[in-house]
Amino acid sequence: MNFTFSKRARTISIALMAIGAAATVIGILGDHTDHHQRTWANLFVNGFFFFGIALGTLFFYALQNATETAWSVMVKRVYEGILGFLPIGAGVVVLCLAAGSLGLHHIWHWMDPRVTDPTNAEHYDALIAGKSAFLNLPFFWVRTIAYMATFILFARWFRKQSLALDELSGEALVKRHLLMYRRGALFLVLFAVFSSILAWDWLMSIDAHWFSTLFGWYVFSGMWVSAMVTAVVLVLYLRRKGYMPQVNNSHVHDMGKWVFAISFLWSYLWFSQFMLIWYANIPEEVTWFQSRIDHHPGLLWTMFFINFAVPMVLLMSRDAKRNPRFLIGVGAVIIVGHWLDVLQIVMPGALGHHFHGVGLLEVGMFLLFLGLLIHTVLTTLTKAPLTPVQHPYLEEAVHHSI
Amino acid sequence: MHSESAIRQPLILGHKTYHDITNDIVAPIENKAPRAWYVLITISSLIALYGIGCILYLIGTGVGVWGLNKTVDWAWDITNFVWWVGIGHAGTLISAVLLLFRQKWRMAVNRSAEAMTIFAVIMAFTFPVIHMGRVWMAYWFLPLPNTFGSLWVNFNSPLLWDVFAISTYFTVSLVFWYIGLIPDFATIRDKVTSPGMKRVYGLLSFGWTGNAKAWTRFEEVSLVLAGIATPLVFSVHSVVSFDFATSVIPGWHTTIFPPYFVSGAVFSGFAMVQTLLLVMRKVMKLESYITIKHIEYMNIVIIVTGSIVGVAYITELFISWYSGVEYESYAFINRATGPYWWSYWAMMTCNVISPQVFWFKKLRTNLAFTFFMSIVVNIGMWFERFVIIVTSLHRDYLPSAWNMFHPTWVDVGIFVGTIGIFFTLYLLFARFFPVLALNEIKSILKISGESYKQQAQHHHH
Repeated sequence: MNFTFSKRARTISIALMAIGAAATVIGILGDHTDHHQRTWANLFVNGFFFFGIALGTLFFYALQNATETAWSVMVKRVYEGILGFLPIGAGVVVLCLAAGSLGLHHIWHWMDPRVTDPTNAEHYDALIAGKSAFLNLPFFWVRTIAYMATFILFARWFRKQSLALDELSGEALVKRHLLMYRRGALFLVLFAVFSSILAWDWLMSIDAHWFSTLFGWYVFSGMWVSAMVTAVVLVLYLRRKGYMPQVNNSHVHDMGKWVFAISFLWSYLWFSQFMLIWYANIPEEVTWFQSRIDHHPGLLWTMFFINFAVPMVLLMSRDAKRNPRFLIGVGAVIIVGHWLDVLQIVMPGALGHHFHGVGLLEVGMFLLFLGLLIHTVLTTLTKAPLTPVQHPYLEEAVHHSI
Repeated sequence: MHSESAIRQPLILGHKTYHDITNDIVAPIENKAPRAWYVLITISSLIALYGIGCILYLIGTGVGVWGLNKTVDWAWDITNFVWWVGIGHAGTLISAVLLLFRQKWRMAVNRSAEAMTIFAVIMAFTFPVIHMGRVWMAYWFLPLPNTFGSLWVNFNSPLLWDVFAISTYFTVSLVFWYIGLIPDFATIRDKVTSPGMKRVYGLLSFGWTGNAKAWTRFEEVSLVLAGIATPLVFSVHSVVSFDFATSVIPGWHTTIFPPYFVSGAVFSGFAMVQTLLLVMRKVMKLESYITIKHIEYMNIVIIVTGSIVGVAYITELFISWYSGVEYESYAFINRATGPYWWSYWAMMTCNVISPQVFWFKKLRTNLAFTFFMSIVVNIGMWFERFVIIVTSLHRDYLPSAWNMFHPTWVDVGIFVGTIGIFFTLYLLFARFFPVLALNEIKSILKISGESYKQQAQHHHH
């Protein structure tokens, strides 16, 4: 059965975008930072966060193929729907990076050529200059283009093959499935390398002096949780509307488990990074957390509380993960939590003392992107049957019971 | 109804009945042990005795008989400790994490992996205890109020967190292992004919009756224990990594340590499981249960965890340069090119480069090659800890204090001795305990058994 984008859902997603856009415009008028830095930083926060949802989904999709998981075959079209947002998210991230490279804003301070010019006594920064073998525009763009091209190509390829599976049967079906299995593994290898480096490139280099070896894995786990939440909320919405009748409580339970488990992974990685830096208290490392604790303690600790304690306490029980209303509620809170996480990663470095927490601009831009995500994903969902017709694991997935 | 796709490979080969499974797994306990068992246990217990002798010599004489010096004050002792703890990760990962992931292949390997875990953790714990010198005061590391003044343990020290982390891990692993054994002991009790054995296995099985209610509780307890054990798989080696990473020593203080230690631990643990199981399946004729597919799955875990470790090594190396901190950069340049360069490259070769050959299906399903690789990985992971510990310490902030570490015969003797003790314990386990979770395996026979799968497919067409 194909999904029809109902009029009501269309109105809601467009309304979200409209309200978001209005708030954004008002917010931009009130943005008095140099180069409209706050506007750019917000665009990047949301571009990256929503791109992260799609990228986390792509990773999980590849993982499900590489591990030959059966139950998730039932909901694979929903993951493919989220992948529809990947090019848009990538476009926004690239736009922000390009604007930075052209000097339209200074989120990435190291992009300013004066910083690495030893003859410029006023702006020269020896530490950043020492990193210029890595942090230089040509090499940076080679990397960024390599990641984005890889992600988009793989996402398109997976979607194409997944639709092709529906037309096959017998030997040909198994063969094509095994091809997806192998490509899934190949993607995971590339992703293992790219996911860390892109986090250094796009996020860690905002605070160009600072460094942490765990940073890449921490950012990755945040994308992963956000993807898991988005997917389960979508499945619950579709089920409520009467679609996907074969998706049973066990499937939903498993998706809830992923939200629970990856929330723990994120908390573990966040805490490991925080505790080791706090404990050793080395000046060049501790600055990153120090500035957040001194100037934005509310943001930092609220974010950690939401992302750690909320899923831990509320999603521990089996019943909680099988209760659609409850799961959607908790999911919405966690999504906001991880958005706050990206906000607190980016803003203190990008805006310094001009960052005053969440205001109209921040909320507006979030709603704008949320509406855009919903609209894009639901549109993608209309383009193919919601339940696959042919898959070697379909039978196993239908009878999933835990 | 539970259904399994036809394209999944069977996990129990040939045509087996429930009765066959019982027979195949209880037979080695009932029958006389093969000559090979006597040969192996003689060799390993002699090595164990030598190791115990070295330990007693160390206790009687003092920690000075090791090769430690003022600069390198941690060396083989802690290397061995971390190595053994790491090996002790596979069992609980297989029994807990793979249970949560519903991986049915775990049922053929979990029992012996858990046993291995328990023995490995005992070996690990030996090292910090004997490192104390005055082992009779070992209870001081418990947070007990004492009569010697206001002396308390240092709660800020990760070494103390280790005491808690490892003892918790050991307790939970032991309980998990034993709970799983109870129904299998009962099966042995019901099967053996000698009254002495009947009584012993009857006691061990806690009077298990095998009624439906007992099985329900058994499954509930297993899930709860898996839930508790899963965070422990992460916490133990994370806390071990804190021993190093909380310090301000270049090469030790890096935030990636906790997850990368966990991954390395799983990596080495699976290598040890391969070493043991490849021999055991052959000697005890368990090829129908521990199939090539099982070996392949474990090799896939090895390549995944080995590659994660590889990414972490390269991340560390890169960030040491990127940081712009002179000491950080030097620590890593010294590792790769300093006097201990050979240990760094041994680590890189064994842990990162060589496991990549498992991308080839031919090699990851080749038994002799897998056995060889499992030894290579075990060597590599020992070197990893040696590299982290010794190369970071031997050239500290004060060049006049730079020094090398040379192990003494006691260092070597105790390390080799623990391998002997470990294998002795494992051989005793293999002789007297059900080495496969025979009751659990029965639960997948009609879903994943080869002949049943063929029947189902036949039926389908």
